[in-house]
Amino acid sequence: MTSTTIESPRTPAGSAKTRGINWEKWGWVYMRVSGVVLLVLIFGHLFVNLMVGEGVKAIDFAFVGGKWSDPFWMVWDTLMLWLAMIHGGNGMRTIVNDYARTPVLRKVLKGAILASVVVLIALGTLVVFTFDPCPPVTADQAHLLPSFCPAP
Amino acid sequence: MSVKTVGTPEQSREPDLSTTTSRRPAGTLYRGREGMWSWVLHRITGVAIFFFLLVHVLDTALVRVSPEAYNAVIGTYQTPIMGLGEVALVGAIVFHAFNGIRIILIDFWSKGTVYQRVMFYVVIGLWAITMIGFVPRHLINVFSH
Repeated sequence: MTSTTIESPRTPAGSAKTRGINWEKWGWVYMRVSGVVLLVLIFGHLFVNLMVGEGVKAIDFAFVGGKWSDPFWMVWDTLMLWLAMIHGGNGMRTIVNDYARTPVLRKVLKGAILASVVVLIALGTLVVFTFDPCPPVTADQAHLLPSFCPAP
Repeated sequence: MSVKTVGTPEQSREPDLSTTTSRRPAGTLYRGREGMWSWVLHRITGVAIFFFLLVHVLDTALVRVSPEAYNAVIGTYQTPIMGLGEVALVGAIVFHAFNGIRIILIDFWSKGTVYQRVMFYVVIGLWAITMIGFVPRHLINVFSH
């Protein structure tokens, strides 16, 4: 007769790693450090974009053009993008680890999370640093540009 | 290497039901009451914010297409229905932010686990104060201009 071995309830699914960088620990640290920084960055972002002046009603191309002509807001928004995407991606990874049961599903979902994080960080960073607040436009669209742009 | 238990089941860390009259499980913050519901809300708000973030990076990227394209899409954020959606979004962000600070205090402050329940109600209180500051001003902007 074969005897059944029942593992201790808290035994990890894989063999426990004892050497190398403890990525799970640094992920845990990252969530807390980035969380505190994001609180400041996002509350500042929401205050300037939703509370000052006419709030959401004032947001248009000229508003963004004004902000991203200033290196201060370029750095603010880029930092916010990187920290938030990685914080959110790692949070979603935690949730997949908790609820997705089959190895294939876990791989697919984590692959989708990683792909969206990488693509959106690359896209967002490229947009901030290649942005032209005064792009060439037809005369009928000139009024959409920030007021500091030279008349066409 | 995995630890094998053969024959003898692991001793339960929780008190046996016959020796306790408490209805609350012991030894964890995360089962039942404020500890669990703050965790549930943290997850739900986190997932919601993540999906908004995906959309928000894409809509903002339209500034690189043309002023017209960006204004057309951002115009949809200024409708009354989206205005109410922004109240929900800001509510989710503010809860996630304040409860995140609570989690950090539970982890690093020596009295954190003792005061975790009190801190949950502090989070709710600060959330309410922040929303009272935000919601009227935002809704006036959305509905009056």
